Amino acid sequence: MAQAMTHHEHGHAHDHDHGHEHHEQLKVLGFWIFVVTDCVLFGTLFATYAVLMHNYAGGPTAKELFELPGIIASTFILLTSSFTSGLAVLAMHKRNVKQMIGWLIVTALLGLAFVVLEVNEFAHLVGEGATISTSAFLSAFYVLVGTHGLHVTLGLFWMVALMIQLKRRGITPVTKRKVTNLSLYWHFLDVVWIFLFTVVYLMGVM
Amino acid sequence: MSHHDNHVHSENHGSLKSYVIGFVLSIVLTIIPLVLVMNNVMSGGPLVITIMVMAVLQLFVQLFFFMHIREGEKPRYNVQALILGAVIVFTIVAGSMWIMTFNI
Repeated sequence: MAQAMTHHEHGHAHDHDHGHEHHEQLKVLGFWIFVVTDCVLFGTLFATYAVLMHNYAGGPTAKELFELPGIIASTFILLTSSFTSGLAVLAMHKRNVKQMIGWLIVTALLGLAFVVLEVNEFAHLVGEGATISTSAFLSAFYVLVGTHGLHVTLGLFWMVALMIQLKRRGITPVTKRKVTNLSLYWHFLDVVWIFLFTVVYLMGVM
Repeated sequence: MSHHDNHVHSENHGSLKSYVIGFVLSIVLTIIPLVLVMNNVMSGGPLVITIMVMAVLQLFVQLFFFMHIREGEKPRYNVQALILGAVIVFTIVAGSMWIMTFNI
């Protein structure tokens, strides 16, 4: 369906150039609305966590489990990757494909480091006997933090696919819109992490 | 018309300066709560409120300096959608926490 649309628009490229731009703008708005619905998803998971965060059921507490150094590292890694994805967008508007793909690679590597740290953290926690079925607190914790990690992982696949497309097609209105959406998504994930860091980890060790 | 729009477009994505300012502000707003929590400067309610305020400030830093929410085409449907989302999230989170305080 989307494929057919693009072909159709290419056929009328000359007289509909402005319409095409406008269409891409509309798709960015559509993506904003998706981001808002994703906010609501995280909102419900945060609400669940806030309600269950002290229900340890005799299991380990947040204070006993969380180790801040690794979390601080994750926080700065994700924050930096949010910044570098912005630099990729800047390079895109300067029509510098090489620089743009370069910053996207940096962003993806930082994102990968973040996911690796998170998987390690989860493996470490499970090793200590703190699994998803240990207590209501841990169920809420794994679902909330895991959902964020899954989003970052998904973003990584998206980023790699987009880099391949950029290499093949260069900067077109379509790839431009896709990179704009990806960077929006990436900033959004950083914002969610700020709240995870504050509510789950900082309040957990207090 | 088309020309004018294109001009607005090119102003749409901020500059290196705005990204750097946003990045530095985000780092500062991450370090402040971290120091407060690790050094036990405050405790209990005031500390929770302070670090939540820092998190919300950082949300706005990202929205303005990274996501360029001010600079979109008018009318800004994205901002309207975002405000609706914020109302829903606030209702769900605050409502859940409030009603569960009765669960004793």
